[in-house]
Amino acid sequence: MRIYLDHNATTPPAPAVADLVARVARDNWGNASSVHHFGQQAKAVLDEARGRVSDLIGADPAEITFTAGGTESDNAAIRGMAEALEPAGRRHLVTTGIEHEAVLQTMKALTRRGWTVTTLPVDASGIVSAEAVAAAMTDQTALVSVMHANNEIGTIQPLREIADIAHARGALVHTDAVQTAGKIPVDVKALGVDLLSLSAHKFYGPKGVGALWVRRGVRPGPFMTGGRQERGRRAGTENVAGIAGLGLACALAGAHMGSEGPRLAALRDRLERGIVAAVTGAERNGAAAPRVPNTTNISVERIESESLLIGLDLEGIAVSSGSACSSGTLEPSHVLKAMGLPHARTLGSIRFSLGASNTEAEIDQVIAVLPRLVEKLRGLTAVPRR
Amino acid sequence: MRIVVAMSGGVDSSVAAALLAEQGHDVVGVSMQLYPQGEGGAAAAREYGTCCTLDDLHDARRVAAAIGIPHYILNFESRFDETVVSNFVREYVTGRTPIPCSHCNSDLKFAELLDRAIAMDASALATGHYARITQDDAGVFHLLRGRDPAKDQSYFLFSLTQAQMAQARFPIGELDKDTVRAHARRFGLRVADKPDSQEICFVPDGDYAAFVEREAPALTRPGVIVSQDGTVLGTHEGVHRFTIGQRKGLRLSSSEPLYVLGIDAPAARVTVGARDALGRTTLTASDVNWTSGIAPTSWSTVASQIRHRHAAAPGKVRALDHRRAELEFDAPQIAVTPGQAVVFYAADEVVGGGWIE
Repeated sequence: MRIYLDHNATTPPAPAVADLVARVARDNWGNASSVHHFGQQAKAVLDEARGRVSDLIGADPAEITFTAGGTESDNAAIRGMAEALEPAGRRHLVTTGIEHEAVLQTMKALTRRGWTVTTLPVDASGIVSAEAVAAAMTDQTALVSVMHANNEIGTIQPLREIADIAHARGALVHTDAVQTAGKIPVDVKALGVDLLSLSAHKFYGPKGVGALWVRRGVRPGPFMTGGRQERGRRAGTENVAGIAGLGLACALAGAHMGSEGPRLAALRDRLERGIVAAVTGAERNGAAAPRVPNTTNISVERIESESLLIGLDLEGIAVSSGSACSSGTLEPSHVLKAMGLPHARTLGSIRFSLGASNTEAEIDQVIAVLPRLVEKLRGLTAVPRR
Repeated sequence: MRIVVAMSGGVDSSVAAALLAEQGHDVVGVSMQLYPQGEGGAAAAREYGTCCTLDDLHDARRVAAAIGIPHYILNFESRFDETVVSNFVREYVTGRTPIPCSHCNSDLKFAELLDRAIAMDASALATGHYARITQDDAGVFHLLRGRDPAKDQSYFLFSLTQAQMAQARFPIGELDKDTVRAHARRFGLRVADKPDSQEICFVPDGDYAAFVEREAPALTRPGVIVSQDGTVLGTHEGVHRFTIGQRKGLRLSSSEPLYVLGIDAPAARVTVGARDALGRTTLTASDVNWTSGIAPTSWSTVASQIRHRHAAAPGKVRALDHRRAELEFDAPQIAVTPGQAVVFYAADEVVGGGWIE
């Protein structure tokens, strides 16, 4: 039996979600913009899902825009606010070095249009300081984008403080909550942000669907142009089946979060304790900060993560490391680099991200396999061939 | 038995993997990413093209999926740059003519990639080379030419040691190209009709001089072209633009066709002359490998190849010391070129080889 410990990459759809997506795709295929019965049936599916998404994050349904996923939500937020705020003369963005590429590359694209971007470092525990954000703010700052929790190390950022600082300078705040929505309580009012991205497939929903929450009164420019779907915020016929799946995933996550969070945290802690005890030179990354309960990132001394990841996969254990590039090879993690970790420690890092299917027995299996694998790999690299 | 197959995305290594899987082995496919594929980075300016590009890596992955084996792409970018590419550039600017494929085999595939295969609990590393390995009753491994003379690649594998041959597999070494393509069609592989790669993989346009100039602009400098008696006949833009025996691109006016006879890199001087002055009967090879593991101290009769497409010429060879050998041909050979490999054959067997000094 294979052990899946890569839930931050994607999760298996909950059976009820997969069933609903299939049923809606088959039975509820109308165009939600149509006036007739078929359109109304589809529109009702969207409305129900919109309510479920807004319930998960303490929002109003009218503030939810459906998108094709987290990357699109990030693009819509950043490009949309850039377009809206450019005429006001604000052409400065603030973000952190540990953001997802969807944020970093989108901002990089804006620099080619004359925007400036301040990318803040994080401390050794993987947290950006509110002071650093305050120091980066200018009168031209349009938007601050700081992720809620990091995908590689799970650290939760001090969003409320950051939002207060940004708002005091007249800037808006976006957060990529792809790694927290559905995992820990997310309340947009408590966070104090203005825009929030989430993605269904990170919490047992289908791929290719997500949402952008935009605080009422905040008006990003259209990121895609076309029809008037989603109040003109997102042109294109809605992915009704996927959106239904997103809605159900939100409802299930809300119902299970209270028990699932502590369960995963206990499993994660067991995994960490076991690895640190059994593998010499294993160190946790970002463990000193508040974290989402399902994620741990561990550096193993004198090992390249690529070999370790492949070795684990051949043992039936799926984990990840760094970020995959277009070909699928691994590159040293930009997150660990931004934390200022020594280069050697960034080379041998692997991420375990737990989820609903994982059991104590699986965790113990990993703790049994990993030390043997590490010793084998270390032994091989010590012997020169020629 | 687990066997790791080095898959380039071409038809040869694809069929090698498919045949091993069909034989019931536990096959794991790997592809080496050799140069940056994403955006950014100085090297992204290099316009790579024919082999091991992103398309080829995707081809390899699709083949692996089609035959139902796991597949991993391994990041060999920095190693490839440090060993193969930098060596290629260094050789050209020092007036030699390198063979990166041989270095890739000896310094990457049958070195680090083999180590990585063993780390995956494999007992062997297979490639899509047209070459064969046999083992005799005494347990000694022999490296033989591929069965298809038109495709034989044993020349590029002279550096294999007994230890490496014990772990190397060449599943298509007994086949000819048409048969390989027929197998690819039988397995339903989309790469069945993919053209062979022709050029050096990281210089797809074949313009080695321009590549060297991009990579090492500070190391190329102009110089003179002289006749054998030292008369200056013209100028040139760098010794890296020349190889022994070259006739084209000299930009000299002469009644007789002129060929490059010698390259003196420190002096930036290229010597040219008539074709009959190109013949040589002796050479010295360095970094010599004897595939049996035993260097012949007395003269040994062999037929030797000084280029990939060279009909092996008879002569005799002996070891000078543990890494060098001297070779005498029975008849003069045209364009003995420093930096190329010389490979010694006894009938179909590679007995050894080294780099021409």
